[in-house]
Amino acid sequence: MPDLRTLLTATRGRGRFDWTDWFTYGYLLLGIVLMLAPVLWLVLSSFKTAAALNEFPPRLLPYGPKSVTVPGRSDPAPVFRVKLPDGTTQELAELRRIGIQATMVDPAHPSDEVRVNIRDREPVREFRLATENYTELFGQFQFGRFLWNSVFITVVATLITLLFNAMAAFALSKYRFRGRKVAFLVILATLMIPPTIVLVPNFFVASSLGLLNSPWGVIWPAVATPTGVFLLRQYMLTLPDELIDAARMDHASEWRIFWRIVLPLSAPALAVLAIFSVMWRWNDFLWPLVVLSKTEDFTLQLALNAFQGELTTQWHFLLAMTVLTLLPVTIVFAFLQGYITTGIASSGVK
Amino acid sequence: MASLRMRRVVKRFGETTVIQGVDLDVADGEFVVFVGPSGCGKSTLLRMISGLEPVSEGDVWIDDKRVNDVSAADRGLAMVFQSYALYPHMTVYQNMAFGLENIGTPRAGIDSKVQAAARLLQLDTLLARRPTQLSGGQRQRVAIGRAIVREPSIFLFDEPLSNLDAELRVQMRTEITALHRKLGTTMIYVTHDQVEAMTMADKIVVLRGGRVEQVGAPLDLYNAPSNRFVAGFIGSPRMNFVSARVLDAQPGDLHLALAGGGEARFSVRGDGVSAGETVTLGVRPEHATLGEGEVALDAKIDAVEQLGAVSLTYCALSNGEKITVQAPGQVAQRVGDSVRIGFPARSAHVFRQTDGEPVVASHRI
Repeated sequence: MPDLRTLLTATRGRGRFDWTDWFTYGYLLLGIVLMLAPVLWLVLSSFKTAAALNEFPPRLLPYGPKSVTVPGRSDPAPVFRVKLPDGTTQELAELRRIGIQATMVDPAHPSDEVRVNIRDREPVREFRLATENYTELFGQFQFGRFLWNSVFITVVATLITLLFNAMAAFALSKYRFRGRKVAFLVILATLMIPPTIVLVPNFFVASSLGLLNSPWGVIWPAVATPTGVFLLRQYMLTLPDELIDAARMDHASEWRIFWRIVLPLSAPALAVLAIFSVMWRWNDFLWPLVVLSKTEDFTLQLALNAFQGELTTQWHFLLAMTVLTLLPVTIVFAFLQGYITTGIASSGVK
Repeated sequence: MASLRMRRVVKRFGETTVIQGVDLDVADGEFVVFVGPSGCGKSTLLRMISGLEPVSEGDVWIDDKRVNDVSAADRGLAMVFQSYALYPHMTVYQNMAFGLENIGTPRAGIDSKVQAAARLLQLDTLLARRPTQLSGGQRQRVAIGRAIVREPSIFLFDEPLSNLDAELRVQMRTEITALHRKLGTTMIYVTHDQVEAMTMADKIVVLRGGRVEQVGAPLDLYNAPSNRFVAGFIGSPRMNFVSARVLDAQPGDLHLALAGGGEARFSVRGDGVSAGETVTLGVRPEHATLGEGEVALDAKIDAVEQLGAVSLTYCALSNGEKITVQAPGQVAQRVGDSVRIGFPARSAHVFRQTDGEPVVASHRI
């Protein structure tokens, strides 16, 4: 791609690299490493076996013991690098081991068995992705159940958030009524109250409404977001009032104006809010932890937490699950980020 | 098809009164133009007719129905906005069909009406496009098309041509007047451009500061402005105003002393003025000539604009007052030349300086 090349070799001035260019690229590279390295480390580690995870010093890439099938045997046999009595080293497969003596064989000549002291050999490792971390997840721990809980809460809460916030923003941006400014300021003021402070009152409300231990208990308290109202209101203010007047002259009801004119034209802002909402709901931990106490209601985040057992933690599963938890947000962002840029572009230019 | 009646209509925004008691009658099928400087309340008046802006006081009737409390949607009017206000996310077809969908027109009916309007406005080939893919003139036509399909009883135009370039404006002007002839629907048109008003209107309403200054046919306003403001506003280039002192005022004979020492007699009624008072003499640039005339003034040329077919000469009198002469053809005079400017006494308007009302010419009494 010529575009990418020119982008990556762009300089401040024309032609040669200036020291500011070196500085800029260095700074950007540092940023990339800082942000991407932990994620990369996580993804690579999630493909390591439990044994490889406990290895010290840790290795960057996932390795597993190499094994071969020896003719005449059903199970694959592990491969070792053996120092033979004559001083040469050779890769041999282990047939069986008794005490410190192992019976080895060259897979090419299965009839020539060799007896070796286990101190004279070391296991051969090869690059291998432990995909069983992922495949076994789906069979165990009700993973599918947690995934469904998370997806349901995220999707439904986001849809309701978009609808409610857009309606509030439409009223605040396009109707002139007494108390409009006060209403807006009150909504904004709620931004200044830390969520931990309203945690207990929220819990009482949810409890008295019978929303505990139900996904709706996570959804309803989350749908009215001051940030969303603010974001959408500011965007809707830029929609010309004449459009709404024109729709009124076109005999459109107020709901129709909202649904057919204002909502489609606010798509860039709605996309931004949708991304936010998906991220908030997907990554939400504290409130679901309070509301949901039965394991079958758990979201992925809660399940991840529950995975860290009191005595043992199955790190290879935990890491695989973390990667899966990261994926949806990444995908959403990848698809909707174009909307964000057009949103900025369209609101910036006109 | 409808007539419109407004009685003592007032509009207030908080403390400020924008429309101060307007009375207006628009007959069925008439093309009425509201004209006035910016901030005169002409757009507000139009929005009050449309129902988008509530009336603070007074009554609005469409035909014989008082519509003060009828919403914009239910008044059966259509409006073309200054910014066109096309729905940017819909195609041309959808833009025109939206209003019909809202009143529950069956699909086939929508289609035939939109197609008919598109043919009328030469938009047939553009129906699948979005507004952003159209030129200014095309957008304007879509906005008009959107108004036409609803078959409104009155068309409202809010400065529809102000966003177009000069050439297109002239073209759209004739297109809108042709449309009015074809449809025969009542149209109310707001503009600040007096040329549009003069060329399009059956009746012009001149507004200033929320009041109606004069209502009448374009040429009546040109020939007999009811005050100095209308005289200055209608006509291009605008009327020249020079001050003069009254020497003697008799019915049918007003004797004035002009700036620079000249004297002249005007056969106007002359009541309401007395000797020694200062009055304003108004003369249109196209009535003045470079050279001697029935009334003549000494002046010096400040600037000359030669347009080929006509020439505009901008002059200054000895007392600093400016006067413009529009002469057919080309002129030989140059900047800095001293010239005489003459005009027939009959073509001049005399205004009292106290209230700007004209001292009416005798031949019009």
